[in-house]
Amino acid sequence: MSDVVAQIEAAAPGAVVQEILHLGELTVEVERTRIVEVARALRDGPSAYVLLSDLTCADYPDEPGRFRLAYHLTSIQSGGRVRLRVWAGGVDPEVESVTSVWPTANWHEREVFDMFGVRFTGHPDLCRILLPLDWEGHPLRRDYPIGGETVQFTDAV
Amino acid sequence: MTTTEQGSSFPLAIEGREALEAAAREGRALTPTERAVAMVEAYTAEEAAERTLENEMLMDQRAGTRKPMIINLGPQHPSTHGVLRLITEMDGEVIANITPVIGYLHTGIEKQCENKTWWQAITLVTRMDYLSPFFNIHAYTMAAEKLLGLEIPPRAEWLRVLISELNRLTSHLVWLGTSSLDLGAITVFFYTFRERDAALDLFEMVSGERMNNRYFQVGGCAEDIPPGFVERLSDFLDRMPARIDEYESLLTNNPIWIDRTRGIGVLPAGELIAMGVTGPPLRAAGVPHDLRKSQPYSGYEHFQFDVATGTHGDAYDRYLVRVREMRESVKIMRQCLDGLPEGPWIADDRKVVLPPRAELAYSMEALIHHFKLVSEGFTVPEGEVYVSVEGPRGEMGCYLVSDGGPKPYRCHMRDPSFVNLQALTHMAKGSYLADLIVTIGSLDPVMGGVDR
Amino acid sequence: MALIPPPGAPVQRAPRTDPRIDWDLRDDEVRDFEKGVLTTTVDKALAWARSSSVWPATFGLACCAIESMHAGAPRIDLARFGAEVFRASPRQADLIIVSGRVAQKMAPVLRHIYDQMLEPKWIISMGACASSGGVFNNYALLQGVDKIVPVDVYVPGCPPRPEGLMEGINVLQRKIGAHGQERSTAMIHERLDERRRWAAEREQEAALQAATRNTAAST
Repeated sequence: MSDVVAQIEAAAPGAVVQEILHLGELTVEVERTRIVEVARALRDGPSAYVLLSDLTCADYPDEPGRFRLAYHLTSIQSGGRVRLRVWAGGVDPEVESVTSVWPTANWHEREVFDMFGVRFTGHPDLCRILLPLDWEGHPLRRDYPIGGETVQFTDAV
Repeated sequence: MTTTEQGSSFPLAIEGREALEAAAREGRALTPTERAVAMVEAYTAEEAAERTLENEMLMDQRAGTRKPMIINLGPQHPSTHGVLRLITEMDGEVIANITPVIGYLHTGIEKQCENKTWWQAITLVTRMDYLSPFFNIHAYTMAAEKLLGLEIPPRAEWLRVLISELNRLTSHLVWLGTSSLDLGAITVFFYTFRERDAALDLFEMVSGERMNNRYFQVGGCAEDIPPGFVERLSDFLDRMPARIDEYESLLTNNPIWIDRTRGIGVLPAGELIAMGVTGPPLRAAGVPHDLRKSQPYSGYEHFQFDVATGTHGDAYDRYLVRVREMRESVKIMRQCLDGLPEGPWIADDRKVVLPPRAELAYSMEALIHHFKLVSEGFTVPEGEVYVSVEGPRGEMGCYLVSDGGPKPYRCHMRDPSFVNLQALTHMAKGSYLADLIVTIGSLDPVMGGVDR
Repeated sequence: MALIPPPGAPVQRAPRTDPRIDWDLRDDEVRDFEKGVLTTTVDKALAWARSSSVWPATFGLACCAIESMHAGAPRIDLARFGAEVFRASPRQADLIIVSGRVAQKMAPVLRHIYDQMLEPKWIISMGACASSGGVFNNYALLQGVDKIVPVDVYVPGCPPRPEGLMEGINVLQRKIGAHGQERSTAMIHERLDERRRWAAEREQEAALQAATRNTAAST
């Protein structure tokens, strides 16, 4: 059990589902409903993960949770990094927004909503950011086609 | 996407209609950005029906109501550093609120990377933030190498540092040129682009292209530096400090420049970190956060250089920080040239890296490896990594997820411009419209990275 | 990649070998030339004036925009061809250089800017993305800007070198001069000579083939 998980357990007991250390990177999987608590604990805790470097998502259509969000946190004073993982759920994916903890999550969450369709409750401004506002569909989902036009080359990747 | 009969439609009105359609389709009210795009005040369907021209005029005449004047900057605008749209609500000359609308350069790179092999994705990722192509591919190849567990030979690492610092220099030259151009100092534009042409010649020697290069490969560098490169680069580095002095002599003590940039775009350091701002804007506010020092990668721990920091965090300090970074880049490149180790320029693992061409003539194994790599590509073991490098605009990160196949499962680039641009609203509120231009310039956004 | 000569080397100019760069003479051109018809002086003057002062609108979208900035920079100076100022307002510009990838969101904006320009107006589609979608064949990009605006000159490259853009503007200038005399009399003579030579060669080839067929038939 690493320091990070110990901190989280102290502030939000029972929120950690599992912890993975792979290739020198620590990933902590957290309950979907407890993410804001955990976020606040990490930001205000001794390691001070004040910088949310990145908030993104990967689509696993075969998993029950389907949309796997990844929050990359950086601590400026110690240079440490940690990744929080949350499964948002397959049908009507919804997670609470962390904009109250890190305001920078605003555009990141809008991008995840735009590209994957994951809604963030409590987000001040959840609308499409990269695509036209009336675009239908969420492009980075695995079942969304790549689009474009057909060209002559049969072995084009 | 509707493209329209000639001359009869106003694209801003199209986007307003899109916003209303989207909200109507989902049965919800408009979010603040959608309201700004639709240039409406507070709409539900009933309110929309009420807002006839007469009602509007009556509302304007009522005492005590001051509606902000909405000025739309961009997406086609000479000073927005690309296709950025800023819906600015002005109270007279003072900015009350800004809603940035991005996405006018959205290229679907992340989606397309999932359809390309690990090698082919490099050519896509390099076109993201087009002023720092090498940083894009540095982050990506480092992430792929981390997943593969590849050891990079020292010569490759030093070459990567050399070319990356040259890229940082060229990126800052463009920033300096275009920011000065926005403020009317056109001479600086011509001077910096003159130097940049010389630097792009060096890129062409090394990678064959002036921009959108693909020189770093998974495992190291695709090729060794050509003969003549070291002399040419050395020439360039000898000239550079004097040239940077020239730019500074035009701007640093120039009363017009100081008047226009001093005290503009200030945010306290805590707020900057909360907004996720990294790179020169954060360092100008006094936080010495530089990934090359705090989490050294690719051999940066062998080099001696200072991290430029400022004090006030205004546009002038950001200018000083970036000019200082240009000088430090020249220093790092000089150290690189002096101490460049001999040896291979790419890793040895034949499953991932092409064998040298001469071997194909006599080794069957080399031929088979070459064939498999070029036709199928290699597979990367399952896992996910996040690797970041210190780009000229801030933390450039690559989140790479592999499912054990020949193509990336998910490639997400954390672009510094995307995150830094969020802080624009807070920085520019309460200042004049002319200062907004200065603020955008000092943040140095590159819309290719913002929109990906 | 030692394509750049070291400093101090003598400059070598490659001969113009590709005839498609100067596209072949049109029939009406040949007819007019042989009949000795000259276009009016006013037309020629207009064409000369328009082609020599094509002012581009600032429409830099992506990477190609940086190369078009380099085309305006000191080394490859577009101003010497008359593309002196990049006007920000489309109402004051003659030319849009669509430099960069055109996203679906940007397409109506491009069309609107094009509509706002006053006649005569031209478009250069600079780069692979503007000409055909480039590297990016996906949902997000317009696969070629000629789907929404009529393009006069396509400049290939990713990004094209600033010299490439310069060539594109030169080609456009020749195209603009199409209602004046597009090429010099010397060039027209040269092309007609070339045509006669090719015709002579084809005749020789045909005669040779006929001769071999005859000898083969007779043996």
